[in-house]
Amino acid sequence: MTTILAVCEQRGGTIKRVALETVTAARTLADAMGAEVHALVIGRAGIATEALAAHGADKVLVASGDDFHLYQPGAWTSIAVQAAAGCRAVLVAATAMGRDLGPRIAARLDAPLAADVTALEVDAGVIQVTRPVYAGKAHARLAVTADRVVVTLRPNNFTPRERAKAGAVSAMALPAITSHGERTVEIKASARATLDVAEAPVVVSGGRGFKEPAHFALLEALAEAFGGQAAVGASRAVVDAGWRPHSEQVGQTGKTVSPNLYIAVGISGAIQHLAGMRTARTIVAINKDKDAPIFKVADYGIVGDLFDIIPRLTEAVRHARST
Amino acid sequence: MKIAVCIKRVPDSEARIKIGADGVSLDEAGVKFVLNPYDEFAVEEALKLRDAAGQGEVVVVSLGTDASQETIRTALAMGADRGVLLKVDRPIADPVVAGSLLAAELAEAGYDLILAGKLAIDDATHAVGTIVAEKLGRPSVSAVAHLTVADGSLTAEREIEGGTEVVTAPLPAVVTCDKGLNEPRYPALKGIMAAKKKPLEIKAVNVPEGGLRLVGLAPPPERPAGRILGEGPDAVPALIEALRTEAKVL
Ligand SMILES: Cc1cc2nc3c(=O)[nH]c(=O)nc-3n(C[C@H](O)[C@H](O)[C@H](O)COP(=O)(O)OP(=O)(O)OC[C@H]3O[C@@H](n4cnc5c(N)ncnc54)[C@H](O)[C@@H]3O)c2cc1C
Ligand SMILES: Nc1ncnc2c1ncn2[C@@H]1O[C@H](COP(=O)(O)O)[C@@H](O)[C@H]1O
Repeated sequence: MTTILAVCEQRGGTIKRVALETVTAARTLADAMGAEVHALVIGRAGIATEALAAHGADKVLVASGDDFHLYQPGAWTSIAVQAAAGCRAVLVAATAMGRDLGPRIAARLDAPLAADVTALEVDAGVIQVTRPVYAGKAHARLAVTADRVVVTLRPNNFTPRERAKAGAVSAMALPAITSHGERTVEIKASARATLDVAEAPVVVSGGRGFKEPAHFALLEALAEAFGGQAAVGASRAVVDAGWRPHSEQVGQTGKTVSPNLYIAVGISGAIQHLAGMRTARTIVAINKDKDAPIFKVADYGIVGDLFDIIPRLTEAVRHARST
Repeated sequence: MKIAVCIKRVPDSEARIKIGADGVSLDEAGVKFVLNPYDEFAVEEALKLRDAAGQGEVVVVSLGTDASQETIRTALAMGADRGVLLKVDRPIADPVVAGSLLAAELAEAGYDLILAGKLAIDDATHAVGTIVAEKLGRPSVSAVAHLTVADGSLTAEREIEGGTEVVTAPLPAVVTCDKGLNEPRYPALKGIMAAKKKPLEIKAVNVPEGGLRLVGLAPPPERPAGRILGEGPDAVPALIEALRTEAKVL
């Protein structure tokens, strides 16, 4: 039977939300092609994988190793290539890991790579993908002409959907590992051990309109009001000024985010900023200049001084979430 | 130290994107092209490593049409020693094809280090450098924001969600460069003059079929027109209401 392989990312032994997106996308593709979904998890033994079956995995393959607590490119690639035997498509989320792993798998399989894909379709048996190009100023549609393809999926574009399947779990015998010698030796956790902008369902971003770094406390309070759902993002102007860390930068030379809700505060909406957030589901802009370009992409806007608006909004969000 | 840098000619980030009459290509009329911004970090890093070693060579390699000669000259003006244009007649849809063609060129010359950008801002696949490494059987680290090279090995830091990953690798290796690695220099007039005389070799290459076919290029779907809900803090309740009942995100 034709299979679609979903490579499922975990961190610290917990399956990530993007992995459920990957399985969901694999399930949709498999249903359109009459195929099965195999979900692959690589890590230390003992990862809870029930969610993968619940989201549509027919089989769950678990490859475990004692030193698999960190992403090791050589091992991960060798295992994925082995698990991909006979697959029509290999799917992985376009996270920091997936954007490194996807190209490796494609190169070793000598299969084409469709990267950072926002939509997948099957048309008369042919897989077609859509991906933003030119910083989101155009969308390219590509047809897969090879009999196998590797696809990386832009996070937050394939909403996890429960469709329970058998999901029989089997331990995968480790293949011979080909590593070219790179080795991940540690992860330094960031000082702010909060949700990453690239993964958060809600992103509240601030720009030069905040005037000075200390004022970002207002934005942090707004993020907190979303109860662990929101991350703080930033424009390049404030990152370059040293007000915020680069890890928070959204845009062409920062992160691409696609949250359910993006709130841009005191950000003008330069084309390079839009490149990183225009696929967000709902966009809110708060800016004192009614002609700021950000309002052109926003679903909802408030014109006015952020220093008056943000405290009120924070209070209102807190209240709305508690009722 | 012998270093190769993969560089790409891309539309400037401000460029207006117009789609050509064939419905699948970019209408290049009036578009300003530049050296891919991430490749500027790669070129800068190569120059710094060469100069710190006190000897060696920085070779820039670009896969593209004749117009990429200008991009190569820009890197030569920054200080690279020579350039190679792998000349093709059309854009390449599959990064595995692009990576394989670059790898074939980079296999023989005995490079200690091959640098690329983290991504090209036109097709943004974030892949070609890593594919070059796999095709060459070399270690690689992608999206590197901090790099040290010493005693035949490297230590690289790459940003991941919520932290930084530290990766080591022996040389020869491939590294793809992220913002934060360095501050790229601007070519000085002297460099621009010198670049005109630096060697630029042109080699024609055939593009194999590849497994992806571009079937459409279109502007992004229009976002439904937005609404200004009002001015100042008094508009907050209307926003909360819209987020709850229309957008259903609260
Ligand atoms: C190659 C390249 C790559 C780039 N990459 C990125 C990138 O990845 N990300 C990115 O963001 N930018 C990027 N830029 C920079 C981009 O062009 C803009 O310069 C930047 O986004 C501007 O940041 P900003 O909106 O914070 O500042 P500004 O453009 O200065 O806007 C500040 C806004 O705040 C508003 N404001 C001021 N005071 C208040 C107040 N009290 N209340 C409410 N509103 C107020 C103003 O009306 C204004 O609209 C890049 C540029 C280049 C050339
Ligand atoms: N046609 C090309 N010629 C030379 N280098 C390239 C080419 N395409 C991509 N690269 C390199 O690979 C990096 C990543 O590109 P991409 O995978 O297309 O996002 C770029 O920053 C370049 O360093």
